Amino acid sequence: MNAIDGLMLGFGHALSLSNLGWALLGCFLGTAIGVLPGIGPALTIALLLPITFSVSATGAFILFCGVFYGAMYGGSTTSILLNTPGESGSIITALEGAKMARSGRAGPALATSAIGSFVAGTVGTLGIAFLGPIVVELALQLGPAEYFMLMVLCFVTVSAVLGGSALRGLTSLGFGLLLGLVGVDLQTGQPRLTFGVPELLDGVNVVLVAVALFAVGETLYLAWRHVEGPAVVRPVGSIMMTRQDWRRSFWPWMRGAGLGFPFGVLPAGGTEMPTMLSYYMERKLVRPEHAEEFGTSGAIEGVAGPEAANNAAAAGVLVPMLTLGLPTSATAAIMLSAFQSYGIQPGPLLFTTQADLVWTLIASLFIANVMLVVLNLPLVGLWARILKIPQPQLYAGILVFATIGTYGISNSVVDLVLLYGIGIIAMFMRRFDFPVAPVVIGMILGPMAENAMRQALTISQGDWSVFVTRPISLVILLLALAALAGPRLYGVWARRASA
Amino acid sequence: MTSRRTLIAASAGLAAMGLSRRAMAQQLFDSMFIFVPAGPGGGWDGLGRAIEQASRTAGLVGSFQFENVGGAGGMVGLPRFISQRRGRGNALLVGGAVMVGAGITNRTPVSIRDVVPIARMTSEPGIIVVPASSDLRTLADFTNALKANPGATSVAGGSAGGIDHIILGLMLKQLGRNAREASYVAFAGGGPAQAAILGAQVKAGISGVSEFSEQVKAGRMRALATTGETRSLEGVPTLKESGIDIVMGNWRGLFGAPGISAAQRQALVAYVTAVHATPAWREIVTTRGWDDAFLVGDAFAQFMQRDHADTEQVLRDIGLAS
Repeated sequence: MNAIDGLMLGFGHALSLSNLGWALLGCFLGTAIGVLPGIGPALTIALLLPITFSVSATGAFILFCGVFYGAMYGGSTTSILLNTPGESGSIITALEGAKMARSGRAGPALATSAIGSFVAGTVGTLGIAFLGPIVVELALQLGPAEYFMLMVLCFVTVSAVLGGSALRGLTSLGFGLLLGLVGVDLQTGQPRLTFGVPELLDGVNVVLVAVALFAVGETLYLAWRHVEGPAVVRPVGSIMMTRQDWRRSFWPWMRGAGLGFPFGVLPAGGTEMPTMLSYYMERKLVRPEHAEEFGTSGAIEGVAGPEAANNAAAAGVLVPMLTLGLPTSATAAIMLSAFQSYGIQPGPLLFTTQADLVWTLIASLFIANVMLVVLNLPLVGLWARILKIPQPQLYAGILVFATIGTYGISNSVVDLVLLYGIGIIAMFMRRFDFPVAPVVIGMILGPMAENAMRQALTISQGDWSVFVTRPISLVILLLALAALAGPRLYGVWARRASA
Repeated sequence: MTSRRTLIAASAGLAAMGLSRRAMAQQLFDSMFIFVPAGPGGGWDGLGRAIEQASRTAGLVGSFQFENVGGAGGMVGLPRFISQRRGRGNALLVGGAVMVGAGITNRTPVSIRDVVPIARMTSEPGIIVVPASSDLRTLADFTNALKANPGATSVAGGSAGGIDHIILGLMLKQLGRNAREASYVAFAGGGPAQAAILGAQVKAGISGVSEFSEQVKAGRMRALATTGETRSLEGVPTLKESGIDIVMGNWRGLFGAPGISAAQRQALVAYVTAVHATPAWREIVTTRGWDDAFLVGDAFAQFMQRDHADTEQVLRDIGLAS
């Protein structure tokens, strides 16, 4: 069956009233849980697993995919409005998004992320339907050596968020790498930096750290510095995107989608790496007249790109699951276990043996995407009004929200101690001008890079040349070097040319 | 005040009616607390929910309560179960082989020996595969390669010290090599490990049969051997019949809280035996493709002791335990 026939068949099934109902329910649920920090799509789908006993396979998977896509839309809302990322793919969105909201541009920020999510989600879903099997074969060519080089490339993006002082930024990065070390080491099974606390054996949750650094840290800092300040209500500003906003968002959407999809397909990829790369790329490619908006009043490119990347990656994650039966993310793993409770063994034959189910699923992803943008755009005005709440109350609310969300991750008091402990550290980081974004980047990339490097070296029997003798690995390494040195060399050249 | 008291009385009456109705279906427990030391959706969670489903269908238990505390092969949840449920006769912990090894390598103060073994329910043999393009055609090719140069024969599997790693360590020992020489590449989760094997990034891979069987059927991986007592896949030999004396499986079972009396333990054993006998349980085992490995009471306790001692020995050989 070719992709066009498959899609026709899929839409035929997906457009039934009950399946549309499941899609709508999934989108709604997904948006809701995406908004709440801590509870992600994986946990939600796991909690919905019992419905597989009573609902048809098609209905259940349409619901699950709605939740999955919905969470990617919802996650950006709190990132932008409250500087509190709902899930790890939205952490980068908070960088520019929250600054836009602070300078009265919450509406356009939310709108560009919703529309960008729609554009990238559609591009990604088209990718699943037409390119899936080809891209996944290419992805299999990448081994641990290439993954390590991809992480090296992503580390370059830290330079975009270092702030004024490289020393302070690298200190933050070091703190993130340190946090990433906590837990049982994958390659030896030995506990590191756990201090005998069993809850630390599984490491520190990255969303928890992001919430602590962004939301708790900022709240505590404001409470500390603004004791007697006048009640300031933030301006909400215009809700709509201007013509200029559209123009500035379009290419970041496209580039974000182009970056995100292949990273999602990579078996050890995920949604975080492409958002970092997209942010870095937009920051470097932005027109000079908007360059100063990055890190100050918030640049719309820095929201549009990463948001598109994160949604396209979410679509990409479904590719190895549907074409090879590989669970490459927590959410995919739980969806695969749902296949098993229907007696369907997910594997490379899924596309042939369960063609009806797979194509209905893909078709319902298109439908879910449309539903989500229709559901989310009118909400932009409503959400943006949250900012009319006076600051003390708003931040008190954020603190409650962050605490509940964190407790929801694992019902553990240890997590709450961590949340406030890291929050207090973040408060001092703000006071002394240390950027917090490198902490998150170090924490996400550190463990991934460490494992990829050690896997590569185990396979090569300790021979370091593996990173330069494998062609793809070498190419990525050279790209990383170019990304690091290129802008500086260009700067030197430009100065000379003008002088 | 009065109204509330009436309400309580009324609800108690309703509950009693409900109880007596269910009692006819030979209810064994009013309520059962099932503690899963892993996140929802995984193998242990699946076993816990299957126990619930079979019990409900047969009316063996009035109500169920679940708690999931995941992480580090069950070692995050285990201490919580031990401290919070001590002496409680209606609490069950889901656990298995993974927990035995994790407790040894993680050096946690509590281990699976601190809970009361009730029953082993299922077991899944391991499988050794190579990429479809590999020039290792048979198990003998693979063992020869291992024997000649273990360092050059990279093998992918789950986290270090887990069953996959233990199988490789045992094989090396049987082949007269040192288990420490293993070139074992640990991957987080089944997806990345499978991708590394499919892409021929490693020479071979070890995991549970169900993880790889679809890839083998589709011809993308070649199965060399399985690790059960009998064959799990048609045409694929077991290690035992090939002259390598290893029988290993990822077993999953149920444990009671520490400090329960002999009578309470007996009640749990009787309950689990009743669940195992229900048609609903048999049906679940067939749809999920699980291997029934029912072993109960003292026999299971003895099995546990042996398993713990063997695992500890291998992990010491590999160099992950002291």
